[in-house]
Amino acid sequence: MEKIPILRMGHFLLVTIQVDLYDQLAENLEADLVSMVSKTNAKGVLIDVSSVSIIDSFMGRILGNIATMSKIMDADTVVVGMQPAVAITLVELGLPLKGVYTALNVERGMELLRSKILLEEEDQEEENDDDTDSTE
Amino acid sequence: MTTTPIVLNRDTMTVTRETDVVPFRSRVKEHAVKIGMSLLNQTKLITGASELVRNMLKYGNGGIVKIEIVSKGRDSGIRLTFEDKGPGIPNIDKAMQDGFTTGRSMGLGLPGTKRLMNEFTIKSEVGVGTTVTVTKWKNG
Repeated sequence: MEKIPILRMGHFLLVTIQVDLYDQLAENLEADLVSMVSKTNAKGVLIDVSSVSIIDSFMGRILGNIATMSKIMDADTVVVGMQPAVAITLVELGLPLKGVYTALNVERGMELLRSKILLEEEDQEEENDDDTDSTE
Repeated sequence: MTTTPIVLNRDTMTVTRETDVVPFRSRVKEHAVKIGMSLLNQTKLITGASELVRNMLKYGNGGIVKIEIVSKGRDSGIRLTFEDKGPGIPNIDKAMQDGFTTGRSMGLGLPGTKRLMNEFTIKSEVGVGTTVTVTKWKNG
């Protein structure tokens, strides 16, 4: 059976969608990604949609689901490389892609995910500092 | 003043399963490319077509789609007619509202598609079926 490959890159999972997904394939991707996040402790998911020519409400919902599910598993999702025509169509259709981070290309998407991890680490360090203060 | 568009080419496709959606979209795209529709209008047309064909599968158990190349004055475009023999829509005004759904979806299909198309008509009779006709002009 056909599958969309999920690549692991350090703390992140990378998915490049190269074909127009039919529904079953999109649903499988959703399930595969969430289980991969859990299996690999990934901190971020990057989805490249630069070859996708159509995002309808179904596909939009799948992207939203992936972001929400990953967030519950403590990973952020960035959708990158959306074609201008697709972005215009999504907005006119009334699909705002809530809760999904976006970036112009893979490079910027990676930067965004890295900055999110750094922020989290800083927060944790601060918390640790607070802990040591209180024990003194 | 409205003139009826002239039909230049007619193609029909039966859609009964979810796996028919992607081939159907490619077929619509082929016709849109043939008349030289811009990429943005193509994307709007195919996205709208995808929404309608999903509705037809979900609520009407599939049906027949007519794909026509039409011409009116100097402009040409694609007209799609989605015909199902499903349960019909009891309250069309409600179905055309953003966010209204009887299913599990977001209720964007019909109102969203209307925004993406140039012309949009829907006829439905409870117990008989639903027909949705949309037109996207090449330069619309």
